[in-house]
Amino acid sequence: MSQLQENIKKIYPAAEFEEGECLLVTVKEADWHDFAGKLKNDPKLGFDVLTAVVGMDWKEELGVVYYLTSTTHDWEMLAVKVTASGDRDNAYIHSVTDLWKVANFQEREVYDMYGIKFIDHPDMRRFFLRNDWVGHPLRKDYDANPELNPIRMEDEINEDDTRSYKLENGKVKEVPGKVFEENDYVVNIGPQHPSTHGVMRFRAAIDGEKVNKVDVVSGYIHRGIEKLCEGMTYPQILHFTDRMDYMSAHQNRHCLCMCIEKALGIEVPRRAEVIRVMMDELMRISSHLLSFGCTAMDLGATTAFFYGFREREMVLDIFEKTCGARMSMNYNVIGGVIADLHPDFCKDVKHLLEIMPDRLKEYHKVFSGNIIARNRLVGVGHLSKEDAINYDITGPSGRGSNWSNDTRKKHPYSIYSELDFDEVLLDGCDSYSRYMVRMKEIEQSCRILEQLVDNIPEGDIRAQVPKLIKLPAGRWYQQVEASRGAFGVYIESDGSKNPYRVHFQSPCFNLVGVMDLTCSGYMIADLITIGAALDFVIPDIDR
Amino acid sequence: MGIDSIKSMKREDFKNNEYIDKLVEELNATGANVVVGKFDELINWGRANSLWPLCFGTSCCAIEFMSLGAARYDMARFGFEVARNSPRQADYIMVQGTIVHRMAPVLRRLYEQLAEPKYVIACGGCAVSGGPFKNSYCVLPGVDKILPVDVYVPGCPPRPEAMFYGLMQLQRKIKVEKFFGGANRKEKIEEFFAEHPEEKGQIG
Amino acid sequence: MFDFGKWTACFNDWLLGLGMADWLAVLIECVIIGVLILLTYTVLALFYILYERKLCAYFQCRLGPMRVGPWGLLQVFADMFKILIKELICLKGTDRFLFKLAPYLVITASVVMLACLPWGNGLQIIDWNIGIFFVLAVSSVGVLGILLAGWASNNKYTLIGAMRSGAQMISYEISLGLALMAIVVLAGSNPDIHPMKISDLVTAQTDAWFLFKGHVPAIIAFLIYIVAATAETNRGPFDLPEAEHELTAGYHTEYSGIHFGFFYLAEYLNLFIVSGIASLMFLGGWMPLHIPGWDGFNDIMNYIPGIVWFLAKAFFISYVIIWFKWTFPRVRIDQLIAFEWKYLMPFALANLLLMAVFVAFGWHF
Repeated sequence: MSQLQENIKKIYPAAEFEEGECLLVTVKEADWHDFAGKLKNDPKLGFDVLTAVVGMDWKEELGVVYYLTSTTHDWEMLAVKVTASGDRDNAYIHSVTDLWKVANFQEREVYDMYGIKFIDHPDMRRFFLRNDWVGHPLRKDYDANPELNPIRMEDEINEDDTRSYKLENGKVKEVPGKVFEENDYVVNIGPQHPSTHGVMRFRAAIDGEKVNKVDVVSGYIHRGIEKLCEGMTYPQILHFTDRMDYMSAHQNRHCLCMCIEKALGIEVPRRAEVIRVMMDELMRISSHLLSFGCTAMDLGATTAFFYGFREREMVLDIFEKTCGARMSMNYNVIGGVIADLHPDFCKDVKHLLEIMPDRLKEYHKVFSGNIIARNRLVGVGHLSKEDAINYDITGPSGRGSNWSNDTRKKHPYSIYSELDFDEVLLDGCDSYSRYMVRMKEIEQSCRILEQLVDNIPEGDIRAQVPKLIKLPAGRWYQQVEASRGAFGVYIESDGSKNPYRVHFQSPCFNLVGVMDLTCSGYMIADLITIGAALDFVIPDIDR
Repeated sequence: MGIDSIKSMKREDFKNNEYIDKLVEELNATGANVVVGKFDELINWGRANSLWPLCFGTSCCAIEFMSLGAARYDMARFGFEVARNSPRQADYIMVQGTIVHRMAPVLRRLYEQLAEPKYVIACGGCAVSGGPFKNSYCVLPGVDKILPVDVYVPGCPPRPEAMFYGLMQLQRKIKVEKFFGGANRKEKIEEFFAEHPEEKGQIG
Repeated sequence: MFDFGKWTACFNDWLLGLGMADWLAVLIECVIIGVLILLTYTVLALFYILYERKLCAYFQCRLGPMRVGPWGLLQVFADMFKILIKELICLKGTDRFLFKLAPYLVITASVVMLACLPWGNGLQIIDWNIGIFFVLAVSSVGVLGILLAGWASNNKYTLIGAMRSGAQMISYEISLGLALMAIVVLAGSNPDIHPMKISDLVTAQTDAWFLFKGHVPAIIAFLIYIVAATAETNRGPFDLPEAEHELTAGYHTEYSGIHFGFFYLAEYLNLFIVSGIASLMFLGGWMPLHIPGWDGFNDIMNYIPGIVWFLAKAFFISYVIIWFKWTFPRVRIDQLIAFEWKYLMPFALANLLLMAVFVAFGWHF
């Protein structure tokens, strides 16, 4: 029995354990909230990060699998399985939003997809689907009849009324609430707005130019990827990852491939690992360059945007030569990569590395050093380290709040443990720090590429994989450091050729969760700045 | 007024000529006198060379559209760069990315907000047919279910060159149209909405 | 210096010589002038649109319009034809009269300002003794149009855009006026001229431009003027009223077709007007560059016609303002207002005082 198991036994003797890739505890619903509080606050456990909330439908019963991480205890992960109480139509679980703020949107997603009501959740509206949607799509018994949910062309009514659920004498009771105060002046930003980086919609209650509250309305590009995955074989689901966060296509796909390889026990050839890591870092550079450009453009410095794109095109050229496409590269496959490197690859990468330092200096001259840009970014959108942890803001945005959370360091995967690079941390807790972390990460990515570009080993690019890929029954969770933070893939298999459940834990989902916190008290113009510096990609949120 | 009369864009440089030929035939059937025809040419030259897009992107195609505007591809060369954020001032809507059920009424609303004459380009696999997400419970299988599409640009995402090709096809289409005295586009759009009554809804 | 007034006087005499009544001659002259102004207005605005599009393309390592006509020269004409035939949308729930009035107010204000600028010696419609004051007064009418546009559109974005615009233009007008006042004070040191009459102001710069005559305070006034003028014309980094990335298109979000075209034209023409005023007040208007003592050089400069001098100076200042726009990020509304009231206006006031001291002690040239 491991130390962790013992500690958990102490606080909750009735716990049932299941050994796996990480320890899984099964908890009764009635004890869950209490147990969660102890997990978080017990100094021996200290699970202060709620990494993933995965809704589940085990046919007989509904439930949720929570993944928790302890920052104080060596980033140890723990899975907790909770089965919902009540019958299928009235399934409920106690909310943990009061402990981990990140659970707010996560639980709304689970409610939307599975219809599990979260007791004491402050705002139990649907998250992705129209509020007049019939049914909960990720349930196994969901009726996909298009007549139930036709393409509705009438405008959606703004949902100003919200509700929360309370438990009284074992019965779930609905309590109505309001999203905005009666006298709030609500400005709608999006879904078609130039600065939301896609089709995100914010409803901001403003007072003059000051923002008081931001209500996030998501789902304008919810494509139901998780449901689609359940009907496909493993090699078929790979391409979805490229289309979620298209700016982290390689990393996301790397993650899914690693998760499947882990389940199958496939050893990836060294050459493929090196290629994967190089592609990941190139992708990171391209993503951060785009982020630089968009931040500049959102603040009105259009020319800087063009400079960012100029170098990004060089990275895209490298991708195009090897992978055959500028975006949606579809390069990683289970067991390795799909094609060998283009003969020019090393030359092109070296050229990129050669010019990048000068170009970075130019960016700082053009944009970061500009007094107006600094005034717009410094001190705007304060997010303390505690909040970053509580909202699970990983990636450059979290590191801008001085929270060390780089998955490449905390859970080293692939060959990252052998590489020499620094985790960029800044303690400004504002938009400027988030922006600067990105710029400095470009330097670190260049450093990684420098170490690898002359050391690509010869050998296979792909391991032998079975023709028909079937995962053994079980569940796996894999994280990588995508361009915007920790990207996680959860796969549950029942042993057949299709996954039973696939969940993608995207970093942007959490980023958008702090919009209300970071924007309140700042101006409308700051809302745009904060959004730009958090740098979320909408299709990654909505999936 | 056929496509052979467009001097700057030769027939042999393009594919899909039959489609434009058919359009010309249809238009000629309604007839127009010569004076109006000349005036038309001038107006059409103006309209075809001043296509201001509405910034509308939902996913990856929008990033490629940004590349289209950036220095290497530079759509400003054709005068396409005045991307308007307000639909009232734009000439065409380039649907870049998947349209899901929640977005569909918004897109239709945006289309209705465009000032006449207005055009639609379905850009990318998702907008053309639903693409890889076609079987999903909440994805629209192609924007032509709710909008009259003028040009389809396939690809996932289409390369910037492909987008240029699509835009030039739209230019050719505009150049053979009659602005005065010919088939009224507005009628055609009304016709489209009449054919898709179940989706018309109460927007307006 | 060639006086264009001779031509106009000649034309007037010819009309009267035909036996025409006075009022008829004046009427004909007015119509001709009106048509000329509108034509000039359109051509200038179209030129400015192309000028900016080409310039920003070069700043951004691009080529800019080049497919329509040689070097894209015809691009703006294509845009004009297109915008003329676009549908005019009038929305439900708006005040139709005000909604339609707003673009005309904006364009009228800028046409009137254009009409007040002298392009050369005698090439001016009315040479009042309070010319510069009148231009400043008329420029404020434009704000009214913008406020109306924002209000009448019945849209939250336009309203916010209009409110920002109102606050911004009213604030920056003060610095703008104070910067120009400094020059008026300098010109007033010469007892022979009307210090607010534009032609007199330019004539006073025959030997040297005011920018050099007034040296330190004049240069400060020039810098203040450029900053305030950039804000006054709603251009970056002060383009908040139409901050694309916050308010989609600001106060003119709901305007389509030629109504939008009017706002678009007026924006570019205002750029020319503020540059023109700068050129008249600081850089000697149609006066050639003279360096005292270099007689040969001065003679060569005299060969270049005055109108070329005026336009070249105006285009150069516009170039600088366009350069600002494509280089700087946008400021925030509170920073914008704070910048004006905490720094720019006190500076302008102090500078006015400084100029008065310089003039009083005769430290200017």
